[in-house]
Amino acid sequence: MAVFLFILLSLTCIGSILGMILSKNQAHSALYLILAFVCTGGLFGLMSAPFIAAVQIIIYAGAIMVLFIFVIMMIDIRKGLSPERKKWILYPSLGIGLVLIIELIFILSNTLVPSKAGTIESFGSPKTLGKVLFTKYLYPFEITSVLIIAALVGAIVLVKKKEEK
Amino acid sequence: MIEALIKFLCAIVWFLLLSLYLTWAERKESAVMQDRVGANRANFFGFRILGLFQPLADAIKMMTKEDFTPAFSKRFLHNLAPFLSFFFVAVTISTIPFGSHLMIGGKEFRLQVIDLNVGILFVLALLALSIYGVILSGWVSNNRWTLLGGLRGSAQLISYEVALGLSLIGIIMVFPSLKFSEIVGFQSELLFGWLPKWGVFLQPLGLIIFLMAAMAESERVPFDLPEGESEIVGFFTEYGGLKYGLYMFTDFMKVLIIACLLTTLFFGGYHVPWLYADGFHFPWGGDWLLPHGIVVLFQVIMFNLKVFFFCWLQILIRWTYPRFRYDQLMDFGWKFLIPLSLFNIAATAVLMSL
Repeated sequence: MAVFLFILLSLTCIGSILGMILSKNQAHSALYLILAFVCTGGLFGLMSAPFIAAVQIIIYAGAIMVLFIFVIMMIDIRKGLSPERKKWILYPSLGIGLVLIIELIFILSNTLVPSKAGTIESFGSPKTLGKVLFTKYLYPFEITSVLIIAALVGAIVLVKKKEEK
Repeated sequence: MIEALIKFLCAIVWFLLLSLYLTWAERKESAVMQDRVGANRANFFGFRILGLFQPLADAIKMMTKEDFTPAFSKRFLHNLAPFLSFFFVAVTISTIPFGSHLMIGGKEFRLQVIDLNVGILFVLALLALSIYGVILSGWVSNNRWTLLGGLRGSAQLISYEVALGLSLIGIIMVFPSLKFSEIVGFQSELLFGWLPKWGVFLQPLGLIIFLMAAMAESERVPFDLPEGESEIVGFFTEYGGLKYGLYMFTDFMKVLIIACLLTTLFFGGYHVPWLYADGFHFPWGGDWLLPHGIVVLFQVIMFNLKVFFFCWLQILIRWTYPRFRYDQLMDFGWKFLIPLSLFNIAATAVLMSL
């Protein structure tokens, strides 16, 4: 049952990511990305990390992508990039993609071997996660939150109308 | 597997049937409030029974109407949008506990479809996903006004979702669990030896914030700007027949699910005051022992009564207040409810550490 669900979810996830990259319509890309996020949430749920699964769906699929879709639907970009600019973007993005793939292989090569310890049942529970976040990873956690607040304040300052002198 | 399927079927039938009759209840209650008679013409071989056949007549009317897809819209997404909205709200019922355990022939059955570790977050996630029904229908109808309606609606929904989530943090702090069954379990204890330890007594402010944010999520007056049937163009203007009916029905399902959540989180769920597994033990002395089956029956009846009460309350609020203006709505959400819920969290933390 779990294996069947895993295969279903991961195939849907990969398929929707491909659909996101290949589809011409930006709104469809965004919808495919939402499907991918939901599938990732399901995969987290299968790995006995229900908290991360729920947060993945609430934050990414429920909040961030709504704002993406908002902007896409309001602006309604039909044309996309011009062919000359596309050529410019193609080569750097290919290079960056290649670097990312090599990095991923390096990271994943250790984890693909089945570990002897096995996963602890409660590793993704809210309690464990909260404890780890506020003890072992306190500084990265706090620095991330400061970064997010800085980005928020920056966005508000940029958007706010300038007062007339 | 089969057990879960049967439980899910029972829960969803309960949910859909009650939502169907909620339309009747709303018509009758509004009629009483406005000194009218209300829908009473639908009959079955001359039997009217207070118009109880009206929801069925409505359903038949919806199903036989033309299912129209506007030109230039994407047919698949246009069909998908109302079902997205409907599906995500319908599934939430599977986390609500209707009672504790039922023992049949030595086997224990939990009266809850699935008892997830993160039940509260699961419900919030599903409600968050149901926004896509709104935003997608507005966009895919290929009509500028419905697009604006969809954007307006989804902006309201995501704004109030923040307050909704924050108001529940107080409850999670007081009852340290995200599981619905455990939260109800904590509420079966007693305060000062006589008062049931319900969420409403520990989190009165949280209850008020939750009620207001949840009513905004259900898109009804005074927060009905996504729809605004009579004056402004809503997101489902381009839908007809059964698909429009699904949107309308989803609203009633949301009312019911909010009543269920209020009951489970703030009013002790299925818990009857002073009723324990073996019967009543009153704080003023005196016991009334009951067999197991009766206790479970009492719990289920109590759950239903509480849910009916909150449905009634929501309909009452809906027919009492006028609609907010859009800027008032946003101000109310962001400048009043969210600071208030943050204050609630801080105050709860201070009180708990004393």
